[in-house]
Amino acid sequence: MTHFLKAWILAIGLILTPTALSAQEALPSAPVVDPAAASELEAADAPAAAAPASGLDTALYTPMKPTPGIGMPVDGNIDFQEQFSPTGETAHWINNAILVPMMFGVSLIVLFLLFWVVFRFRRGANPEPSKTTHNTFIEIIWTVIPVLILVVIAVPSISLLARQFEPAPEEALTVKVTGYQWYWGYGYPDNGDFEVISNMLPEEEAEARGEPFQLAADNRMVIPVGKPVKLLITAADVIHSFAIPSAWFKLDAVPGRINEKVLQIDREGVYYGQCSELCGARHSFMPITVEVLSEEKFNNWVRANGGTVKGEAEEPVVTETAAVDTTSEIAPADAAAATN
Amino acid sequence: MTTITADGHIDDHAHDADHKPAFFQRWFMSTNHKDIGTLYLIFAIVAGIIGGGISGLMRLELAEPGIQYLQAWATMSNGSEASMDQAYHLWNVLITAHGLIMVFFMVMPAMIGGFGNWFVPLMIGAPDMAFPRMNNVSFWLLVPALLLLLGSSFVPGGTGNGAGTGWTVYAPLSTSGSIGPAVDMAILSLHLAGASSILGAINFITTIFNMRAPGMTLHKMPLFVWSVLVTAFLLLLSLPVLAAAITMLLTDRNFGTTFYDAAGGGDPVLYQHLFWFFGHPEVYIMILPGFGMISHIISTFSRKPIFGYLGMAYAMVAIGVVGFVVWAHHMFTTGMSVNVKMYFTAATMVIAVPTGIKIFSWIATMWGGSMTFKTPMMWALGFIFMFTIGGVTGVVLANGGIDDNLHDTYYVVAHFHYVLSLGAVFSIFAGFYYWFPKMSGRMYSELLGQLHFWIFFIGVNILFFPQHFLGQQGMPRRYADYPEQFAYWNQISSIGYAVMLVGVLIFFVNIAYAFVAGRRVEGNYWGEGATTLEWTLSSPPPFHQFETLPQIK
Repeated sequence: MTHFLKAWILAIGLILTPTALSAQEALPSAPVVDPAAASELEAADAPAAAAPASGLDTALYTPMKPTPGIGMPVDGNIDFQEQFSPTGETAHWINNAILVPMMFGVSLIVLFLLFWVVFRFRRGANPEPSKTTHNTFIEIIWTVIPVLILVVIAVPSISLLARQFEPAPEEALTVKVTGYQWYWGYGYPDNGDFEVISNMLPEEEAEARGEPFQLAADNRMVIPVGKPVKLLITAADVIHSFAIPSAWFKLDAVPGRINEKVLQIDREGVYYGQCSELCGARHSFMPITVEVLSEEKFNNWVRANGGTVKGEAEEPVVTETAAVDTTSEIAPADAAAATN
Repeated sequence: MTTITADGHIDDHAHDADHKPAFFQRWFMSTNHKDIGTLYLIFAIVAGIIGGGISGLMRLELAEPGIQYLQAWATMSNGSEASMDQAYHLWNVLITAHGLIMVFFMVMPAMIGGFGNWFVPLMIGAPDMAFPRMNNVSFWLLVPALLLLLGSSFVPGGTGNGAGTGWTVYAPLSTSGSIGPAVDMAILSLHLAGASSILGAINFITTIFNMRAPGMTLHKMPLFVWSVLVTAFLLLLSLPVLAAAITMLLTDRNFGTTFYDAAGGGDPVLYQHLFWFFGHPEVYIMILPGFGMISHIISTFSRKPIFGYLGMAYAMVAIGVVGFVVWAHHMFTTGMSVNVKMYFTAATMVIAVPTGIKIFSWIATMWGGSMTFKTPMMWALGFIFMFTIGGVTGVVLANGGIDDNLHDTYYVVAHFHYVLSLGAVFSIFAGFYYWFPKMSGRMYSELLGQLHFWIFFIGVNILFFPQHFLGQQGMPRRYADYPEQFAYWNQISSIGYAVMLVGVLIFFVNIAYAFVAGRRVEGNYWGEGATTLEWTLSSPPPFHQFETLPQIK
């Protein structure tokens, strides 16, 4: 009997949930965030943005300043972003040394032929048209030459693919990336399994920190430099896509699936990316910020987050870990509710 | 093809040939392929104005960083003060509507429904389509389909009003991510548009296989008819897969199934496989009839038969066949295995070969010709070059390893607008100028036509070329707002839209001019280069043509 009742209550609750949600939407002034104070976007971000300052030990870690023009787009630029991963450099080379000349070559040949026929075979220059409709030799030529061009492209392209799929070494650091509507979570299972929640920085905050607005996040994903890092990418709600253009890296975050790919960045610094699969209203506002540090600094960052450094005895005080975890794991909506 | 010569007599002398039904019966209960074709063309123009208008809103918003207009527009469409999230949702509704309208309600109705209906029967010497009443059903299914899609913008679709899922309608954003009837309406709209196209495809295949004039073997059939035949097969084989995919979306949304929900044993990526199994042939559906039209136009204005006719026909067949086995290149970043990615890389590159054959055959058709540069020819020449640019960026994107960086960036947007907005749309304008006097009996203004071409050509290139740069710099597509590092090329791109818009306005002035003051034209106003059967008829052709079938030698 009680089971029966419980089931009914749950069912009614489920039916009512969407109604309750839409009621909240209809009356935005009532719950959670006060829109009069700030736009919803900024309000939702604010508590999460406040978290790291209080949570992280500045003696162990201070966020690195980005280098202008590195790891981010440059206004008016026409090339790819400068690459800092081994496969990225190869891919960039394939594009600029093989594909771009192919594109220019083919387009210019077609353009030249068009100008030539327009000039040479205009009615004024050639009043009597020929009646040629076949030429087997030339038809074979223009079938075979494109095939050869494609083979020239395919060989390096396929070997690039093979390299991109080389698995990470056994001892590689694992980072679990989770896409949420609309922020990222970076879990460090090898380092005590803490999770960093990463929201977009509001405009003033980004400016204050000297970071590009809409690319900068409050809490960064941090990885050690020059080593393959195994990323396990998934999503909690809808599909997102984790992308770092300056590392030639993009992989979808699909709910119910864990995608794996190796990320290696060979220079210490800050690298920016943006969610690259349509994920709802704030798709444009869930940037990715990756900070690449030396092994030592990375370990300090782990300690600052209350994690454990691999190979070290698990000394850090348990209570501290718990305290930091609660601040960094709270989702922004909950955090907003809590502060209200 | 070269051997097609008709008897040359004008076929409109029959007494009852021009007996037209009354207005309502003629336009709302039509069974006449030319009238239905006209309806399709009018429909496509209306949809094109809506879809093009939406892209204008998008370029206006993207002209500079920051949200300038979205919130005001969202407030306008809500009727009450819209939140920022509702404004961002409106953005997603705009991109979704632009994509769906341009694909399903502009390009397809114009090419297949409009020009296909008008000229396939004329070119094969048939009196009408095989199933005239079904032809009418095809058209009238499209009207409620468009109304459903437009109507969906005014009902809840999750964060705000309207379906904000992108034209690809990926699950789970389109299932658990979009609560409210908007996405259901959009899905039903696709169902209706799909059913309309399947009926049309059946009609075209039957007509082309059974109603060709005596003597017109498949290998003497005009290339436009070949292109519509291949297109009809692509439609027939791919649309049922789309219908299945979106039906499962519908049951996932409403009836608790979990085809695309991992929590219930399904897989979101399954939807993408099904969608793109349809979606990739769909892009060829949008371009193949254009290939056919361009061939005729090049031949007409070079006064020379098409070079390599059989190669041209079978290149289209090859593109159609290979187009069915490359779909997963749209999914390179979903986390597929290395072998699958290598296969789809190689298979996709293969398509460049038949496409290259077509480009070079068009140039060879002009080679040795005696060319004039009337408006349709200008569009055809523009098409060849623009499609080549879209083609070479396609070869870049085909490489799975390179695509890792370019996937879902503006590079992709630039690529498919070069093949569609500058490829398919150029061929539609080419066909329109080529056949408009045939359909209406009146000549447009050559000056305005040339002006339209040049302004539009310059505009779309300013609009879309910089988007390659934005993509290489990493700007993701479907973004309502962007970091200021993308500002420069976005502003240039928006200026390009304004230029293009001027060109489109000239187009409408030109149509108005033709109807008001256009010179009346004879049957074959392009002269000896135009050799297909529609040129043996008057302009406009009689209400019923070919009551005695033409003999093809």
